[in-house]
Amino acid sequence: MTESFDLIVVGAGPGGLAAAATAAEAGMRVCIVDDNPTCGGQIWRGTAGEESTKGTATKWLERVRDRVSVRSGWTAVDSVTGLGKWRGTLRTERDAQTRDICYSALVLATGARELFLPFPGWTLPGVYGAGGLQAFVKSGLDVSGKRIVVAGTGPLLLAVSAGLTYAGARIVAIVEQAPLSRLARFSLSLLWGHAGKLIEGAGYGWSTRGIPYLTGEWVNEASGDGHVQSVTVTSGSRVRDFKTDMLAIGFHLIANIELARLLNCVVETGFVCVDSMQQTSVKGIYCVGEATGIGGIEKALLEGQIAGFAAAGRLDRAKEMAAARDRRMRFARRLNSTFALRTELRTLARDETIVCRCEDVPNGSLRDCRTWREAKLHTRCGMGPCQGRICGPATQFLYGWDSPQPRPPLFPTDVSVLAEQWKEDARSSGIMATTES
Amino acid sequence: MHHEQVMDTCFSITMNGKSLQVRAGTTVAVAIVQSGSLSRHSVLGEPRQPLCGMGICYECRAQIDDLLHQKTCQILCRPGMKVATE
Ligand SMILES: Cc1cc2nc3c(=O)[nH]c(=O)nc-3n(C[C@H](O)[C@H](O)[C@H](O)COP(=O)(O)OP(=O)(O)OC[C@H]3O[C@@H](n4cnc5c(N)ncnc54)[C@H](O)[C@@H]3O)c2cc1C
Ligand code: FES
Repeated sequence: MTESFDLIVVGAGPGGLAAAATAAEAGMRVCIVDDNPTCGGQIWRGTAGEESTKGTATKWLERVRDRVSVRSGWTAVDSVTGLGKWRGTLRTERDAQTRDICYSALVLATGARELFLPFPGWTLPGVYGAGGLQAFVKSGLDVSGKRIVVAGTGPLLLAVSAGLTYAGARIVAIVEQAPLSRLARFSLSLLWGHAGKLIEGAGYGWSTRGIPYLTGEWVNEASGDGHVQSVTVTSGSRVRDFKTDMLAIGFHLIANIELARLLNCVVETGFVCVDSMQQTSVKGIYCVGEATGIGGIEKALLEGQIAGFAAAGRLDRAKEMAAARDRRMRFARRLNSTFALRTELRTLARDETIVCRCEDVPNGSLRDCRTWREAKLHTRCGMGPCQGRICGPATQFLYGWDSPQPRPPLFPTDVSVLAEQWKEDARSSGIMATTES
Repeated sequence: MHHEQVMDTCFSITMNGKSLQVRAGTTVAVAIVQSGSLSRHSVLGEPRQPLCGMGICYECRAQIDDLLHQKTCQILCRPGMKVATE
């Protein structure tokens, strides 16, 4: 029999946990679904690190544990709305089993992922996402004594460097592509109204002391024999090499909006649009946290509580938090303009540099394509299991193509499903004959 | 307190036919990297290892027991688990 809940929350990061706990305490029957083995999302993953927020994490996890039905390790792969008594059904999957759950209201708290940009050597073993390496360390990877270059852009580079240092790694350099002039303005803006953020920033200072923090520079190549051994860093004019055992690289964050798009929620400039109660353009579907704008943990917690109260009909309580949320939102906007990507990063990938890692599509074969769809059909770019989650945002930056329209299942476990989708695409565009021969 | 005790427990899994000691709480992707294995070879035969650590890129996919193409960065090691990379 299909289970049903007043509210289903997808994503158990700070935003999702706050929404679930708040709604449950207001009397709703709530279920939370998350694809990781334990609750916590990106920041409260595992037990290592993040001392500064451990107390907050414990508090929210406890509030959820007693009142909410928790489905860890389950991935939301599809959802349909408008079926009879219930507003919608969520399809979840784990270990090749499928379970449908009905909901009256839905909160999307799907968070964000790192943006990866292709450059020569980025597919070498030993090159990890910056947040990715942090996640590996939180889930048991031993990096003690390893030399690591941390590069890309965003405040995450500092957080990751602090965590890696704490775990015994030797940070060779932190390479931030944003120019110092912009970073300096950012710190100043922190001083104005966000004391908490400033303290957080200073907290990372201890571990970054003594480590070169290069600004206005970027990695233009990683090389090594079967594993990364060195990276080349440039400022455009000067070039230098660093010997390293690992490269941790990420270009700030992009929102996970695939489920929202599947549900036809309006999305603008990469983020889900919401009203003051966190409701999306689709009635009864709310969105909170990084998916509405990259803005950190406090923003996620506030939005989660607002959505939880709103879904439970406690609009008075939701409204009380709106001003604090709006302050966080303004901070988020400044944050994102500070770490805007420089155009030089568009020129790093050579013709032979792989852009789509699933299908090994080199950059050179994409140059003649005009749209994502064309690239997909002619080169198989984005046709692999990640469904363009890595190369889609990269080609959006490189070529200005629209991001791919998601389709169910959002995360394929059966690779044959993809082959079928591809055939369907090819057939509908009439190029089957040329691509299949 | 309880949590730390659990983290300190070690057990063994099988990685490509060889026994490997891991701590409780270790994800399979981490076990792959820690053992020095690759997770897969790409379409053109390039060696690959996990990238994103958060279930997005599929570079960490491997066979766990009877299930193919599992995203190992989102699965914890269990005692006796058999992992096969490509
Ligand atoms: C890699 C990374 C590292 C970060 N490290 C730090 C840090 O060190 N310090 C810091 O202050 N901030 C860090 N941040 C930012 C911080 O994580 C966020 O501000 C905060 O976690 C926002 O929470 P959230 O609830 O919006 O989303 P998240 O914490 O991202 O949680 C979203 C959850 O939803 C799950 N999910 C997504 N889609 C589905 C689906 N279809 N089915 C099931 N589950 C799904 C995800 O796996 C995840 O568990 C990091 C962000 C990222 C991406
Ligand atoms: S490392 Fe990217 S999906 Fe597992």
